[in-house]
Amino acid sequence: MDKIIDKENPHFFSNTTNNADVKGKFFIGITQLAVVLIIAILFIILGIIVFEGREKFSWEFISSFPTDGMTKGGVLPAIIGTFILVVVMSIAAVPFGTITAIYLTEYAKENSKIAAAVRFSVRTLAVVPSIIFGLFGLGFFIQFLGTGLDETFNGGELHWGQPNILWASLTMSLLTLPVIIVSVEEALKTIPRELREASLALGATKWQTIKNIVLPGSISGIMTGTILAVSRGAGEVAPILFTGAAYYLATLPESLSDQFMNLGYHIYIMSTQSSDVEKTMPIQFATTLVLLILTLSLNLVAVIIRSRIRRKSK
Amino acid sequence: MNSQFPINQNFTKESLKKQFRLSEFLAEKIISSIAFLSITIIILIFFFVFKESLPIFHFGKSEKAKTEVSSESMPESYGSTSVEDLKPESYGSEPKEDLKPEAYGEPVSQSDLKPESYGEPVSQSDLKPESYGEPVSQTDLKPETYGDVVVEPLTETTTKDSSISEENQHQDKVAENNEGTDQTWSTFLTTEWVPVSNNPRFGLIGLLIGTIKVTIIAMLIAGPLAILAALYTSCFASKRKKEIIKPIIEMLAAFPSVVIGFFALIVLATFFQNIFGYDSRLNAFIGGVAMALAAIPIIYTISEDALSAVPKTYTEASLALGASKWQTAFFVTLPAATPGIFAALLLGIGRVFGETMIALMATGNAALLSSNPFESVRTFAATIGAEMAETVFGETHYSVLFFIGSLLFIFSFVLNAVAEFYVKGKLIKKFQGK
Amino acid sequence: MKNTKIEVKDLSLYYGEKQALKNISLEIPRNKVTALIGPSGCGKSTFLRCINRMNDLIPSVKITGEMLVEGIDIYDKNVDVVNIRKKIGMVFQKSNPFPKSIYENVAYGPKINGINNKTELDEIVETSLRQAAIWDELKDRLDDSAMGLSGGQQQRLCIARTLAVSPDIILMDEPASALDPISTSKIEELVHELKEQYTIIIVTHNMQQAARTSDYTAFFYLGELIELGKTNTIFTKPEQKQTEDYITGRFG
Repeated sequence: MDKIIDKENPHFFSNTTNNADVKGKFFIGITQLAVVLIIAILFIILGIIVFEGREKFSWEFISSFPTDGMTKGGVLPAIIGTFILVVVMSIAAVPFGTITAIYLTEYAKENSKIAAAVRFSVRTLAVVPSIIFGLFGLGFFIQFLGTGLDETFNGGELHWGQPNILWASLTMSLLTLPVIIVSVEEALKTIPRELREASLALGATKWQTIKNIVLPGSISGIMTGTILAVSRGAGEVAPILFTGAAYYLATLPESLSDQFMNLGYHIYIMSTQSSDVEKTMPIQFATTLVLLILTLSLNLVAVIIRSRIRRKSK
Repeated sequence: MNSQFPINQNFTKESLKKQFRLSEFLAEKIISSIAFLSITIIILIFFFVFKESLPIFHFGKSEKAKTEVSSESMPESYGSTSVEDLKPESYGSEPKEDLKPEAYGEPVSQSDLKPESYGEPVSQSDLKPESYGEPVSQTDLKPETYGDVVVEPLTETTTKDSSISEENQHQDKVAENNEGTDQTWSTFLTTEWVPVSNNPRFGLIGLLIGTIKVTIIAMLIAGPLAILAALYTSCFASKRKKEIIKPIIEMLAAFPSVVIGFFALIVLATFFQNIFGYDSRLNAFIGGVAMALAAIPIIYTISEDALSAVPKTYTEASLALGASKWQTAFFVTLPAATPGIFAALLLGIGRVFGETMIALMATGNAALLSSNPFESVRTFAATIGAEMAETVFGETHYSVLFFIGSLLFIFSFVLNAVAEFYVKGKLIKKFQGK
Repeated sequence: MKNTKIEVKDLSLYYGEKQALKNISLEIPRNKVTALIGPSGCGKSTFLRCINRMNDLIPSVKITGEMLVEGIDIYDKNVDVVNIRKKIGMVFQKSNPFPKSIYENVAYGPKINGINNKTELDEIVETSLRQAAIWDELKDRLDDSAMGLSGGQQQRLCIARTLAVSPDIILMDEPASALDPISTSKIEELVHELKEQYTIIIVTHNMQQAARTSDYTAFFYLGELIELGKTNTIFTKPEQKQTEDYITGRFG
């Protein structure tokens, strides 16, 4: 704070090469450097992956099966597996996330302890390490629900009590729930109070108001949430490590009780456990490129929709 | 909705009578009960992750406890999960003996200093006897093991009788496990992590140190970088620049961790090895750098929000007193936003601490005890990720991994709670003077 | 009593600890326009929102006293707030059409009341728009979005929307405060026509407007009702000193 007092000295205005001035430039320069560094790293990663992956990246790569012990061929089953995963995940997570957001914005009383607890839980869900979801999927969905189902309906024969798409998707849906809740809540908050009041003043009930006025106005928020959740779910690997992802499958999954291949898991496997890491390097980079294109473009779409919502609400 | 349309209806007591609206009632009930699901999920997660780790506490109880193994009849004292609580129990003698002979020999020999050695195709069936019939999925579908499994002959933890029901098998296994793993949790405080051997040891200290080491390295890189960047964005950048910088840095959050891990494994590791010339290509430093990339967007976003939330009157007052822009930023805005930045760092730590894929791919996965940042390490999360698929339901190893999961869960829960309540309280005090 | 539509007895309203309305008692006559005037923050809008229980939406609000509409206490615990709002419509300060078509805006009220018959709906929409004197302007563009209308049209659409539910009482909260003079005069004309069928209560900060449109005027000051009387009397020879001060522009 001495520096501020310094400025009260009468020579300040004449003294252009002031010590504080140089210091200031230095500090601002450092902060600027941090920004530049982060952005540079980001583009270096992008650049290297695009550069190394471009060679192998082609329609053929996307649309064919891996061959020769995964040293040749494409990643079609991994893409399809990822696709099924995010679809089932969204079917489970979107309704629940939306409804929870509706509760928080429309029904919860401002200072209610229950709403605070729900909010806290949602935030905790958002910070719990993804591997914990994997453990939960294994302990709850597979060992508890799955085995329970098998014992009740299949006479103990193993069918649901093992890793599969359904359990992996449900595990992933828990992970992405907070993403959806936050997006939808944000969108619901942009609906002006006046519209709600107008509807209520016409004799609409609370639920009618939500159904007819609030929800249609928050569709875009639900969409952003879903897209962000899909982007997150497509990229996460830890939760599906032992809830359904498979190393290699010769056929596409036929039912929800099958295992599946997954882009992220494929990258992990290829780069750490492949029989010849050097030789499959182009495949690894191209797979990473596919995954990056998928997640980044989804995010971009979400950002665009979101900025539109914000502009509208202004 | 069966209420009549009120045309020509008079303003009478009947027309105004309280109505029971079924759809209204149902909507409210359904919506609130679904909202409570999020609380339920948290409880369920803790319950199920912890439940699977319960057997390890069982063995440690006493000789008597060995005989009653059904998981339903658990004594109530499982609440005490912290490692400190375990100390008083006097199992000290055995681990001390164990410490010396093999030192850290086993993990080192197996540690994968070069990525190629991951490929070692250890077939699952070599590791486990046929009598473990039930986890078909794992043995059949994943013919290769991942990570550095110590290949040793069959452990004592096998059951010979596969004809009995799964429940019984589980219990038998548990019972027999006792002989080999009586000291399961007495080995927690040792440094050796040798889960698959004749004499399995589950020393968490090595893993803990590894996790902490990576976390420190990551936070040392991510913390200053992200906070400085946030400071620039909120205090110095023009509005136009801000609108470009923010989404770009936040785009980093959209990078899946497996992509960052892959980048670290293939590109960063070689790059830094060429610079520093250390031996093990994958090490704590590489892992830390990669995790910093994952933590930067979190710390950046939350710090930036905190800095932008500082009331304009603060900065205007400072500027009006003749302070320059940078003085205002460093001496007024930054201190005012401290609680928020603190929360950002806490959440960053939470992210790094529990990060699995990056740790799995970039840290080398060998639990070495060393202060050298260029040695391989093994973190909690990576251990779970690497070994869970190879364990057998009900085995001690399985339970120990779940126990580690419970620790991670509790840790992230506490971090979040601190960030939420302590920091929020401080902020309110600061700005409202209450 | 016969001509009294609303009778308020000793009504007080608290926002948490703060008392915003202090022991208001008054009677509002049937099929007349009653204007509520007073400086901003005097509680006139708050009072208006009490009449159709819109204040119920604010969690910290506590209300004591009685609000009798046609002799029925609308704050009685056996009274259904949704039905109250069907009979007591409200037009807000800021025009707030739904982001739907003009037709859908007017048909919203009838629809939530279970009318789905297309011809019946068409009829209601037309009558309501005619009553709001906006039918001729809008009849060819019923399917256009209501957000594209001018401010004055939007406000009249909101009035039409309120009429479509066929209320007994219409509450207007400074309905013309955001409008240009021409739109304002249209709204005032409309109010004049509507009082044939409805009891209208209008909050305004514009004294000329109160004088032009209303039959009765109530003056609020600091949460209290100072005076209620025939508009002529209030504006020419008010009984209270404060009313006179306000009307002659000495404060507020």
